Amino acid sequence: MIHSLFLVNASGDIFLEKHWKSVVSRSVCDYFFEAVERATEPENVPPVIPTPHHCLINVLRQRIYFVAVIQSEVPPLFVIEFLHRVVDTFQDYFGVCTEAAVKDNVVVVYELLEEMLDNGFPLATESNILKELIKPPTILRTVVNTITGSTNVGEQLPTGQLSVVPWRRTGVKYTNNEAYFDVVEEIDAIIDKSGSTITAEIQGVIDACVKLTGMPDLTLSFMNPRLLDDVSFHPCVRFKRWEAERILSFVPPDGNFRLLSYHVSSQNLVAIPVYVKHNISFREGSSQGRFELTLGPKQTMGKAVESVLVSSQLPRGVLNANLSPSQGTYTFDPVTKLLSWDVGKINPQKLPSLKGSMSLQTGASKPDENPTINLQFKIQQLAVSGLKVNRLDMYGEKYKPFKGIKYMTKAGKFQVRT
Amino acid sequence: MLSPWFLCRNEDLKEMLESNKESLKLEAMKRIVGLIAKGKNASELFPAVVKNVASKNIELKKLVYVYLVRYAEEQQDLALLSISTFQRALKDPNQLIRASALRVLSSIRVPIIVPIMMLAIKEAATDLSPYVRKTAAHAIQKLYSLDPDQKEHLIEVIEKLLKDKSTLVAGSVVMAFEEVCPDRIDLIHKNYRKLCNLLVDVEEWGQVVIIHMLTRYARTQFVSPWREDAVFDENSAKAFYDSEEERRVDQSKPYIMDPDHRLLLRNTKPLLQSRNTAVVMAVSQLYWHLAPKHELSIITKSLVRLLRSHREVQYIVLQNIATMSIQRKGMFEPFMKSFYVRSTDATHIKTLKLEILTNLANEANISTILREFQTYVKSQDKAFAAATIQAIGCCATNISEVTDTCLNGLVLLLSNRDETVVAESVVVIKKLLQTQPSQHSDIIKHMAKLFDNITVPMARASILWLMGEYCEHVPKIAPDVLRKMAKTFTDEEDIVKLQIVNLAAKLYLTNSKQTKLLTQYILNLGKYDQNYDIRDRTRFIRQLIVPNEKSGALSKYARRILMAPKPAPVLQSAFKDRDRFQLGTLSHTLNSQASGYLELSDWPAVAPDQSVRNVEVVEPVRLPCIYLVFKDNVKNFDAVSWPVCVSLQASSPVFVPETSHELLHRMTGKGLSAQYRFTRQPCIYGNSMVSLQLTLSNSTDQALENIHISEKSSTGQNIHRFNAIERLEPQASVTVSMGVDFNDSTQAANFQLCTKEDEFSVSIQPAVGELLLPITMSEADFTKEQGKLVGMNESSATITMTPENVSSQSVNRKVVSVANLGVIPSGQENIYRFSGKTVSSGSLVLVSVVLKDPDAVITINTEKTVMGSMLLRQVKTALTNSGP
Repeated sequence: MIHSLFLVNASGDIFLEKHWKSVVSRSVCDYFFEAVERATEPENVPPVIPTPHHCLINVLRQRIYFVAVIQSEVPPLFVIEFLHRVVDTFQDYFGVCTEAAVKDNVVVVYELLEEMLDNGFPLATESNILKELIKPPTILRTVVNTITGSTNVGEQLPTGQLSVVPWRRTGVKYTNNEAYFDVVEEIDAIIDKSGSTITAEIQGVIDACVKLTGMPDLTLSFMNPRLLDDVSFHPCVRFKRWEAERILSFVPPDGNFRLLSYHVSSQNLVAIPVYVKHNISFREGSSQGRFELTLGPKQTMGKAVESVLVSSQLPRGVLNANLSPSQGTYTFDPVTKLLSWDVGKINPQKLPSLKGSMSLQTGASKPDENPTINLQFKIQQLAVSGLKVNRLDMYGEKYKPFKGIKYMTKAGKFQVRT
Repeated sequence: MLSPWFLCRNEDLKEMLESNKESLKLEAMKRIVGLIAKGKNASELFPAVVKNVASKNIELKKLVYVYLVRYAEEQQDLALLSISTFQRALKDPNQLIRASALRVLSSIRVPIIVPIMMLAIKEAATDLSPYVRKTAAHAIQKLYSLDPDQKEHLIEVIEKLLKDKSTLVAGSVVMAFEEVCPDRIDLIHKNYRKLCNLLVDVEEWGQVVIIHMLTRYARTQFVSPWREDAVFDENSAKAFYDSEEERRVDQSKPYIMDPDHRLLLRNTKPLLQSRNTAVVMAVSQLYWHLAPKHELSIITKSLVRLLRSHREVQYIVLQNIATMSIQRKGMFEPFMKSFYVRSTDATHIKTLKLEILTNLANEANISTILREFQTYVKSQDKAFAAATIQAIGCCATNISEVTDTCLNGLVLLLSNRDETVVAESVVVIKKLLQTQPSQHSDIIKHMAKLFDNITVPMARASILWLMGEYCEHVPKIAPDVLRKMAKTFTDEEDIVKLQIVNLAAKLYLTNSKQTKLLTQYILNLGKYDQNYDIRDRTRFIRQLIVPNEKSGALSKYARRILMAPKPAPVLQSAFKDRDRFQLGTLSHTLNSQASGYLELSDWPAVAPDQSVRNVEVVEPVRLPCIYLVFKDNVKNFDAVSWPVCVSLQASSPVFVPETSHELLHRMTGKGLSAQYRFTRQPCIYGNSMVSLQLTLSNSTDQALENIHISEKSSTGQNIHRFNAIERLEPQASVTVSMGVDFNDSTQAANFQLCTKEDEFSVSIQPAVGELLLPITMSEADFTKEQGKLVGMNESSATITMTPENVSSQSVNRKVVSVANLGVIPSGQENIYRFSGKTVSSGSLVLVSVVLKDPDAVITINTEKTVMGSMLLRQVKTALTNSGP
């Protein structure tokens, strides 16, 4: 399946290679570099690149290309999903997945890759299992290991590997037993010129951080489970129970994991929490353009809209922008023509605005399209779909855990066309 | 060429590896792995590294493994040094070590060790640990790629592993199946239902592979659920749902889905909720290829959900949706807005979304789509804007109601400032006009007006072509355009010049009065052009249209040649022909067949025999199970439906002697030696057989081949032979099990042990105690049974015990070591009771020892009097002998 893996950084250097079958010369990456050159942006590199004898499937994460070499038929998503899983594992182990982190931990990286794939077929990808086989590097452990000569490599087969709950390791012990759940919803929307919604969807996830002793069996129920239109689960969730009772019942993995992701469809009306008033115009013949932008809260259920960030790709003809924000700071990069405005919190009494003029290249004709505005924001303690957790119960263990639920709404791909 | 710096650095690594300190070695290995990771050559360190393969430090060992796998192929001879370490590790009690030894052994791509790998795989395939069996499944593929000649043997192992019930193994063995023998669909029959039922619990990667395999399987075994008589109308999906029941009834020959077909669909459905995008895609393609059309809608939501995932996932999913949406618009129409393009999307994503929107367009939604397209046309990404114009063209041809609207919109774009947009619009307009030119003379006029402002050569050329082609619709304007072109001819691009010549020729033929002079002027200009294509074309056109004495027969047909009606180009999706590939495959993504692509067969017209998938309820209990059970207590054993005599339940042996007996000495066996021991377990080959374990070793310096037991053997006993051993390497040994039915007699079993060259007569003489199996019963039952077996069935003797044998422990130990009997918990102190049954006939054998200090009375009650007296003699000697 997966023959080899090359890690390529932004400047086009291969800084790590790993082969699971016969060695494939790194010259195979030349085809990949060709494709990179052809693409204008790093994101535009096609994920699947055919070459005469192999096929290269790549993913781009954190400015690193993970290029897998494939020789024969395999579902491409299989490879892509696996590569993303590799990145997730690296992030889990090293905190970040950067070139420096990979280079510093090259031995652990190699040990991990060795465990994750055998002959190109995934062997162990579950974080709980991997962590028993190869302990994540910490400063304390490094010190202890140098003194005692012990290693980061486990000698026993992880118990999870054989059990019916492979995602959970056995013998978990905590002095403070706690379970936190974050309900995070993202609004994907396209708003048109006049301010009406073209499309809006809510994508939600429930991320959990569970630190419970032993083998707890949890159930989580919602006040309004009907809202969830389409869901995907962590393997630990008992699907039958959900089908029958709309209750999430599961033995959780230890540590951080994504319990559930769901979709609230565009058929339901989505509350749009902010509005944007804009007036961006270029006059024919003159080398000046007007730029005005005002933000305001719309349907926020009384919660504050925070960490607002506006960004927009201005047309190529714009030389510079001379703007003044009523709050926050803005930057304009004359090379990439990227305008970004860090607004902060929206105060409903005094709406933030950004006004001023843009200077255009002299002689250039008026750009025929106005830029689209991308919006980011956060609203704490609100799930915009109205989803509410009813209760969380624990069975199978005797202690009383500390439980916590947090709600948050964020902007996903939120675009305003002007 | 290695730099001196590199050489000296390797020198110090070598020193570190040869030091005595573990930490130094580990440090060196870490640096070497760093070198490998960077792609630097570290192969010259091979001898120094390989020495550490047997290290106790597990991390060091693993790093050495990494190194070995990387360089073994290049250093085959040296790699062989490490093999024996792995062979030893394959017998390690720790399953992780067994598995990793097999992994590395099978990853060393050295052809010489193929037989060793084969042996190791066969052994690991029957290992107790499912993890090791999983590793064995992976090793199958590695061995196959190293030596395809082993295929037949590997298929045997695959067959065995396919029967495995562990979810851990299922995915890996199906993977091996797909790689080694995807055409052996017959191996799947018996395991089909099991795979369907296990599927939900298999790890996610295995699920993908199994689902793909089952898709192929189902297409060969079930009849099509897509009934031809029920032509599925896209737009009346709801109506179809409602009337489905009645329709079924109406049909004279209703289609009934095979229950196994239904089982597959039912068991894969929950997996649409998987977090793994590959699994969701796999289930979707399974439904696409196997499900009745009206059940397809359930995959839509899940596929749309995947669009939220990473960029690369989106790309693949959109591609598949594009193919699906061509055939079935209705599926994705409700989700049209999910395919709206955002300015932040990558170019290839934008193009795919456009493709899908174009496919989804119908009379009802076209206005919405066109409005959306209008925003795209203004995009700053000009390549995308051009693609949108193409898409508008497609919509216009597909939906005749909007052709005019589209044309008008496109005409407006002609005044766009961007050249690419204008050029693309002209090209698309040209294609559209070709389909219905007569009504659109005003558009052609409009284009002629805009002509002066258009600078893109392709666009200018297209307009000129249009003028020429439809000059009859614009009789006044065309000559004027030609006049303008005559002025600027020398400054035009080559493709424009060619079209000017073309236009001139066409006008000359239709309207020679007005254009004769102009044409000749242009032809003269063309004659002296720098480009030889244009000179050629000019010369050809002149000969064709201007009649003179030299011109041949062709000029008569000039009009018919130049003005022939031309078929309109067909604007169709690039995804039109992709459905020849199975969805979700690499071949589908590339739109060309990747190596190893397995084609989906068409549905069979008549369903093949359904009963092939039936599985007998009672399956032979496999060896590993038995061992497992015996390790546990007696109660568990009952759970396994072991066929025993109804009243006598066999229990686990109290004591299994380790001593083995010589069967064949290596001197007489020409280097082959054999030893046997009694395992005292019920024999798996037959109820009346005694189970034996045979250890064969090769002490020669050549490999021994084809070791087996000759067919034509024996003195009447029924022998279950072990499977022939293909090859026994020098100094290697192998353990096999066999069964002999001794018929409850101590007569020796004689047979020939054969190798490829030789035959050796050997015989096994069982001790009477080995012909028994222990049973459990209560003390009361014992006395009751004993009461029935009196008279000539009873034999007893009185002995004088040695003092050290008097303790209860030692009596028990002595007795069970001589005979395979079960100990009966006794309520009285000085009485010990043992019970068993004979292996062949199942007759009861009861032994009691009553201590009367210093004497002891041994009583044996059994129907088999001969055995009874022999057993008595043995127990007597055992109890009188001192020592352990």
